[in-house]
Amino acid sequence: MKPGFVLTMARRESRASGRRLMTLALAIAAGVAALVAVNGFTSNLRTSVARQAQAMLGADLAVESRSELGTAARALLDSLGGDQAPYVAFSAMTYAPAGATARLTQVTAIGPGWPWYGAIRTSPLSAWGRLGDGRHTVVDPSLLRALGVRVGDSISLGETRFQILGTITEAPGDVGIRSALGPRAFIPFRYLDSTGLLGFGARAEYGSYIQLEAGADAQRIAADWRPRLREERARVRTVADDQNRLDNALTRLGNFLGLVALVALLLGGLGVASAITVHIRRRIDTIAVLRCLGATGRQVFGVYLTQAALLGLAGGVLGAVIGLAVQQVVPLVVSDLVPADLDTGPAWGVALAGVLLGGWTALVFALLPLLAVRRVTPLAALRRDVDPIPAGRDPARFGALALLVISVVTLAVLQAGNWRVGLAFAAGIGAALLGLRLAAGVVIGLARRLARAPLAYTSRQGLANLQRPGNQTVAVVLALGFGAFLLAALALTQHNLLATLDVSGEGASRPNLALFDIQASQLEGVRGVLDQEGVEMTAPVPMVPMRIASVQGRPVSLARRPDSLPDDSLPRGWAVRREYRSTWRDTLVASERLLEGSWWEGPRSGGPPRISIERDVAEELGVGLGDDITWDVQGRPIPTTITSIREVDWARFEPNFFVVFEPGVLEDAPQTWVTMARVNDPATRSRLPRQVAEQWPNVTSLDLTVVEEAIEDLLGRVSLAIRFMALFSLVAGLVVLGGTVATSRDQRIRESALLRTLGARARQLYRIVVVEYAALGLMAGLAAALLAAGAGWALARFLFEIDFTAPPLALALVVLVPAALAALVGAWASRDVTHRTPLETLRRAAE
Amino acid sequence: MIECNQLTRTYTSGGRALTVLKDITLRIDPGAFTAIVGPSGSGKTTLLGLLAGLDAPTSGSVTLDGQQLSQLDEDGRARLRADRVGFVFQSFQLIPTLTALENVLVPLELTGRPDVARALGLLADVGLAGREHHYPSQLSGGEQQRVALARAFVNQPAVLFADEPTGNLDARTGQTIVQLMSELNRKHGTTLVLVTHDPALAALARRTIRLTDGEVVSDTTT
Repeated sequence: MKPGFVLTMARRESRASGRRLMTLALAIAAGVAALVAVNGFTSNLRTSVARQAQAMLGADLAVESRSELGTAARALLDSLGGDQAPYVAFSAMTYAPAGATARLTQVTAIGPGWPWYGAIRTSPLSAWGRLGDGRHTVVDPSLLRALGVRVGDSISLGETRFQILGTITEAPGDVGIRSALGPRAFIPFRYLDSTGLLGFGARAEYGSYIQLEAGADAQRIAADWRPRLREERARVRTVADDQNRLDNALTRLGNFLGLVALVALLLGGLGVASAITVHIRRRIDTIAVLRCLGATGRQVFGVYLTQAALLGLAGGVLGAVIGLAVQQVVPLVVSDLVPADLDTGPAWGVALAGVLLGGWTALVFALLPLLAVRRVTPLAALRRDVDPIPAGRDPARFGALALLVISVVTLAVLQAGNWRVGLAFAAGIGAALLGLRLAAGVVIGLARRLARAPLAYTSRQGLANLQRPGNQTVAVVLALGFGAFLLAALALTQHNLLATLDVSGEGASRPNLALFDIQASQLEGVRGVLDQEGVEMTAPVPMVPMRIASVQGRPVSLARRPDSLPDDSLPRGWAVRREYRSTWRDTLVASERLLEGSWWEGPRSGGPPRISIERDVAEELGVGLGDDITWDVQGRPIPTTITSIREVDWARFEPNFFVVFEPGVLEDAPQTWVTMARVNDPATRSRLPRQVAEQWPNVTSLDLTVVEEAIEDLLGRVSLAIRFMALFSLVAGLVVLGGTVATSRDQRIRESALLRTLGARARQLYRIVVVEYAALGLMAGLAAALLAAGAGWALARFLFEIDFTAPPLALALVVLVPAALAALVGAWASRDVTHRTPLETLRRAAE
Repeated sequence: MIECNQLTRTYTSGGRALTVLKDITLRIDPGAFTAIVGPSGSGKTTLLGLLAGLDAPTSGSVTLDGQQLSQLDEDGRARLRADRVGFVFQSFQLIPTLTALENVLVPLELTGRPDVARALGLLADVGLAGREHHYPSQLSGGEQQRVALARAFVNQPAVLFADEPTGNLDARTGQTIVQLMSELNRKHGTTLVLVTHDPALAALARRTIRLTDGEVVSDTTT
């Protein structure tokens, strides 16, 4: 093969057909832009996290535990020296002494000194520095709004009042969304006891921040102490640990968004395949002549493959430039989801990878349609009646197809950062494309039938166009349908996730106020307050905190887990070491289903007390029916036997439990109660927690509508980010659509001129185009809606394990919007077909 | 130079076998100017395609410039064409995306010896000096065919196959093309095989082979 000829010819060919093939480059550009934007953003984010990790912890080391620090943790702290700031973090109700409402607040009592790195910025600036001077507090601005107070006012917390010195404007490692669930309030550590809030049953995190003496190695210290701390259920965190954990989490976020972006690139590839198919058909004569003049099949193939790769690279460059620009916008979309201030510098490495990826994508997608070029017979230059591409199998097609599949899977696996997710993703794409391909087949079949139906001429002509030789029906349905499918599946999933949380709209009878941590002695009082307001509460449910002492007679301290597991993965020891809050009951509740064993009936006859355990925990603990677990309930061992295994629907705001005891065992154990209520009047709903908190500060109330809003907000932001990326695939789909319209233009112009010569009016020509493209878009949308409903159902059923509903209006939009878009693009691209005179058109077409 | 032996070509169309060429045996000497004539459908173009190695015969053999074509694969035949064969088509078949000069350069580039001066010289020979950078769509039919002639001769082919080279041209333009072709034939000593049903054009040839229904009905040399 003479590379000189191939390169020269490819260059000259592109010069002439470049403008037409630009759509091909644009299709690639959309995908590359999406990938460069996401990957550039992720890479910047990781750099930022690495830079800010120390400021996020504010210390060199932190020790933390779900209970008061034990002997090992205290020994560690004593041995370390340096500067230390103890802290306790817990949730409690705050309210303005004169106000009408109370708010669940994330309180941190913090010792002086912290943070040693980074800074907590407050308004006014001096607030943080003066926190420890008295009964002061610094709070999130949202708390001021919720309680209707101002800086300088006081708020009640437990048995004490704290004066608000200022609000937090910026804290290292802040994730904006976090404060939505409960605004933060910092109080001085030395006034913690005066709140009287850390009595029995209170959930709190105890810990200490440490600034090490110069030269001390945080990682070494952490590694040395970790095993001993684990026995006490305490953790030690270092800056590097935090950075790793965040880095992993952010990489996963980036990978996920990247997969969505990858779809856009693959659609672009589809556009390339379609554009190349048309391009080759147009170039058949040239190819036949070149073959006549002595070009080998491989040389001609090389010419057009080079051309496709060059255009792909051009699209890659364009996409990288757009991507780098979009990358500046991504932080605006996700800023509340990530914990670091973002660098927005251009990520050159990512951009270069994007350019190459664009070239490669164009190449592998062009390969399949280009193979035919090798087989164009030179005889076609001599004789019009010869089929330029002889029939018969081409074994190279399998090779090209394999290369394409391998490329897509490799890309998916690399972008997912995990071969299993990558494979599943590639398979999902394959399934969706297959579905759309079937839909395209249906369109062509229907068009064939309807074209003979007694319809208006323009409609019949438009439909007939869908199945004429060289139609691009398949490409358009695939490209447009895939974009619509992605967006629709996303919207459906979001809708269904929110529906399970819905306590205000359709779920209007569900409880929307939860009261926790009620002492048994306070139950009647709380009921009285609710009665006064005319609010009925659900039957209170008891909770008894406990830990596992032994499983099958083996003490849990021996149940070691490997240290190599990353900190943020659910550790195997999680089920063993966690604190359980168990209840007792004599019946199953609506959110539970018995899987194995039998529910207890009647009093037990000898043997240890019976318990029912949740499926996942049982799996995690490696226990089954008949196995023994001994519980440590406030220091008292209680042996039990598993007699049933339950499945629990966690998705609802209802008190659910991993472990349920049979009645008659825990009644005398230290316990708290939780109860729920339906309060329709918002004023009452905000007044009740205030009344309860004033009398019983340990009782926390959670307004579920607030939680719902917060989760809705979070999901909204997450899905905004996803939708933003999915938008690129819709753009890619539209580019492909525009490209196919443009490539079939010559034929269309000639036909229109012919029709005009025969007396067709502009309106009729438009109507033909609109019918053709609206039908295309309609079918693409219909297929997308069906596929999205299928995917949404599968996600709801198997991944999220929630009920699935599909709102008809949204689905109708999925069907209609692509139809309208396609009709518009079709009409727009055909605009000057009708502006020219027939003769002018015929003359131009002849050239 | 060119020999064919018991050449038969059968096409299958709609399940029926259609024999387009029957048992043709002939020999064309180097440097000769031969015309193949006959009514449409008589198999002229099929014969030309087979002689040039653009198509494979159903049976029989073709030897072109000492090479038995059936012994070459598709790429081998392409290389032979690139080195030894020129073509002129009825519909000119210039590559629309290339300028006149670039069209003429294609055969040179295929064999890896682009020679712009030579291409320019040939374009001057056919009277197109100054129009080298025009695209086919900017040239008249006669001019396009002259570019095609320059392209056919640029590689100094041993054989030039021409398929109705004047078929799409008016009489006067056709005349010029034919004159040019025989001039170039003399100048380069090329073997010229011409398919035509233009009697005036056929009359220029020293040998005329007449086909009817796929068979040679006369073979006259003047």
